[in-house]
Amino acid sequence: MPNPKRRHSKARRDKRRTHDALSVPATSVCPACHEPKAPHRVCPHCGTYRGREVVEVAKTK
Amino acid sequence: MRHNVAGRKLGRTTSHRLALFRNQLASLMAAERIVTTLPKAKELRPIAERLITHGKAGTVHARRMVGRWIPDRDLIKKLFDEIAPRHAERPGGYLRIVKLGNRLGDGAEMAVLEFVDYDPAKKRGVAAKGEAAAKPAEGAPAPEKPKKEKAERKAAEAKPERAETKKAAKPTARPAAPAKKKPSMPKKIGGS
Repeated sequence: MPNPKRRHSKARRDKRRTHDALSVPATSVCPACHEPKAPHRVCPHCGTYRGREVVEVAKTK
Repeated sequence: MRHNVAGRKLGRTTSHRLALFRNQLASLMAAERIVTTLPKAKELRPIAERLITHGKAGTVHARRMVGRWIPDRDLIKKLFDEIAPRHAERPGGYLRIVKLGNRLGDGAEMAVLEFVDYDPAKKRGVAAKGEAAAKPAEGAPAPEKPKKEKAERKAAEAKPERAETKKAAKPTARPAAPAKKKPSMPKKIGGS
């Protein structure tokens, strides 16, 4: 079986990893309870969306 | 190549997919609100809205067209007599999809699919009452509520992700969820 002839340098390894960065998930602030929440999603903290849309009863998990 | 082919396959064969849609449509008509994954909700909404439009026509033919999707005559009756008249003035857009965020187990994005006139306060009362009545009322009178519950239970057995209101789903979902998790846990431990 073919095998690598030379070990990759740290620079080479690190250059490969330049595209591996994770992005921070976007957040917005719930207008009802001012907790951070995912944009365009029901607020997991208070269960509201667009004012009255109470989708789930807020319960402590 | 599948260029320009509409619709998702949802990882199912055609018959499996159609059966899923039928079950979900029945649950949707019974509970007027279902929680499911976002792609399923997106696939389901146009089908369901077409059924409402059929319901507004109110003809025997329309009833049969709806019967292709909803396997329950009582629910078809409810659709024609209750749901469709409510939306008589609305030119389409009877359903709303609200995104809920990602599910814990597999990270699937969940969503609520509900009628735009859905009133949570009203429905919760009905669901709680129906639940209490449902257990002893298998062959009893009071035709409306037990029927509804029966259909919901039927659908719950067929498809666990579906789940109507949180409250109605709890009794059926609770025993199912831990049973599901258990087989996967030992596997993970043994594998690593």
